[in-house]
Amino acid sequence: MRKYLMSGAAALSVVVLASGNAVAAGSAVKPPEQQWSFSGLFGTFDRGSLQRGFQVYNEVCAACHSVRLLAYRNLMDIGFTEDQVKKIAAAKEVTDGPNDEGEMFQRPAQPGDRFVKPFPNEQAARAGNNGAFPPDLTLMTKARVGGANYLHALLTGYKQPPKDQKLAEGMSYNLYFAGNQIAMAPPLAEGAVEYADKTKATIDQMARDVTTFLAWAAEPELEWRKRMGVKVILFLLILTGMLYGVKRKVWSDLH
Amino acid sequence: MRDSKFKNPIIAWIDYRLPVFTFMEHELHEYPTPKNLNYWWNFGSLAGIILVIMIVTGIVLAMHYTPHTAFAFDSVERIMRDVNYGWLIRYIHMNGASAFFIVVFIHIFRGLYFGSYKSPRELLWMLGVVILLIMMATAFLGYVLPWGQMSFWGATVITNLFSAIPIVGDSIVTLLWGGFSVDNPTLNRFFSLHYLLPFVLVGVVVLHIVALHQHGSSNPIGIDTKSPQDTIPFHPYYTVKDLFGLGVFLVLFFGFVFFAPNYLGHPDNYIEANPLVTPPHIVPEWYFLPFYAILRSFTADALIYLPISWLMSAKLAGVLAMFASILVLFILPWLDRSPVKSARFRPIYKQFFWLLVIDCVILGICGAKPAEAPWTYIAQAATAYYFLHFIVIIPLLGFFGKTKPLPTSISEPVLKGGGGSSSAASTKPMEKA
Repeated sequence: MRKYLMSGAAALSVVVLASGNAVAAGSAVKPPEQQWSFSGLFGTFDRGSLQRGFQVYNEVCAACHSVRLLAYRNLMDIGFTEDQVKKIAAAKEVTDGPNDEGEMFQRPAQPGDRFVKPFPNEQAARAGNNGAFPPDLTLMTKARVGGANYLHALLTGYKQPPKDQKLAEGMSYNLYFAGNQIAMAPPLAEGAVEYADKTKATIDQMARDVTTFLAWAAEPELEWRKRMGVKVILFLLILTGMLYGVKRKVWSDLH
Repeated sequence: MRDSKFKNPIIAWIDYRLPVFTFMEHELHEYPTPKNLNYWWNFGSLAGIILVIMIVTGIVLAMHYTPHTAFAFDSVERIMRDVNYGWLIRYIHMNGASAFFIVVFIHIFRGLYFGSYKSPRELLWMLGVVILLIMMATAFLGYVLPWGQMSFWGATVITNLFSAIPIVGDSIVTLLWGGFSVDNPTLNRFFSLHYLLPFVLVGVVVLHIVALHQHGSSNPIGIDTKSPQDTIPFHPYYTVKDLFGLGVFLVLFFGFVFFAPNYLGHPDNYIEANPLVTPPHIVPEWYFLPFYAILRSFTADALIYLPISWLMSAKLAGVLAMFASILVLFILPWLDRSPVKSARFRPIYKQFFWLLVIDCVILGICGAKPAEAPWTYIAQAATAYYFLHFIVIIPLLGFFGKTKPLPTSISEPVLKGGGGSSSAASTKPMEKA
């Protein structure tokens, strides 16, 4: 009885797990695993990649996509100096006010301001983008299954559509996008930016850098979190080991 | 007062007027506990500690959170970015909910395995079921607060369940929403209730502990403690054992908090709620997945729905089945008529216990999958088996299940197992599950 029940249960769970993998595949291809400077227990963001990634965002993505949860001052956390941040901010205009006359006025952005959005609202964004709404990118690596791997795959996944697939007006074919039709035209082209540190601006390099930048934008606490985590876990392991010793000692008089 | 048992005069003075120290002495030091409890008995106190962690982190989060549809999502992100240690407090609270459920699920299955719900602990068990229900309500309400896509659509799906109730259903849904859709009034009342329910939970937990201390813990052998030889004081023996268990738990818990804080969450909840965009798959948090599978398995063409199809809609049947899957636990002490408590001495019941565990895991997997073949069929079979276990198998086993002879006392098998040699060797058999 026992053996039958157990082997029956085991067989059932194997069936369940196996068919699970088949269903999960779907139409979009699973993004390949990439090596990231910020993955793993001791991962930290590659500073060079972060700053290059900001440049890609600023010169390419920012034309359509906002990162509304970031403030310019946050850029100091990834190695920009205060003067650099002031200069980056001052390139944008924000509405402030009302002033003493009760009028709203335009002024250059300051480090304390949030990143200025490319469009004032969703309707304006749609009107400027063939009806599509470019999503905010601040939390993108946390808001998509696959995270950074998915983002990198999407940016480098533009391909010629298969012959039997018809694309709608203004759409592009992307191997990794759900449904494979994406409203965003291929955003990166070889040499689209000129890196200050002379790194060659290949599509893969730019995708990698901007993904690193957006991973930081989504989880600016990541390095701090992992550093603290290592200490906390080490402390707890020692404490737990000691508690086990105390437990053995207390219980030793029972027999 | 002169013959107080406390030597410290201040403690004696206070205790004479307010017997808190007598109470603590009685409930912790003198409180006799079976000496053979294994590590599965750690999860009750662990759950209590997590409840405290949840309340403390939750109160701090509430200081920074804004319960308004226009600001809720951004206020949570502000906590993550600009509040000192806000990310740590939120990740502890977020993962604490999952930890709370895993610990309580283990606690419940321990009760099922060792027959802890049997006389005289029926009310203790039923209070535990009430705790589970309040926990589930609190977790659901809390998941809505960050106002992400899954928050919004989860709230929409779950509140809509009540519309299946005949006649008054729609009015109940309107009342829950505070309007005619999930909107700002919904978020406001959910925040208010999410703050209230944990304190109700504390009250029920106190009753749970009072009921526990009335007859003391059950034990892995499932026979009553008969002599002082069978018991040891709770403190220091179980306080130190619980602390060690807490240490192990915290290592795992903080492993998640610091290194995979979003592993158990859904990426869609980092997208702000949008009533105009429905996510492709609306799934609840992992701890609701088995119940979600039961809910969804009652479709118009489901075999399990046929016998009751003349009586109610498939939707109502699903809702009732989901609630019944927990409510059935209330009557479990009377469904199980076997006089033997522990599955150690009920070999056939032991097999069916593990089948139930596997069944619940299968239900959980089905709950995470889209509602399409073959998952719907697997979920329907698993749902049928879940109720079959409690309604048919358990009562039958009470009459026909063969049992092994019980030891005469708790001390007997413990001493036999240890062999009475060195202390290190003799403690080992007691700790094995």
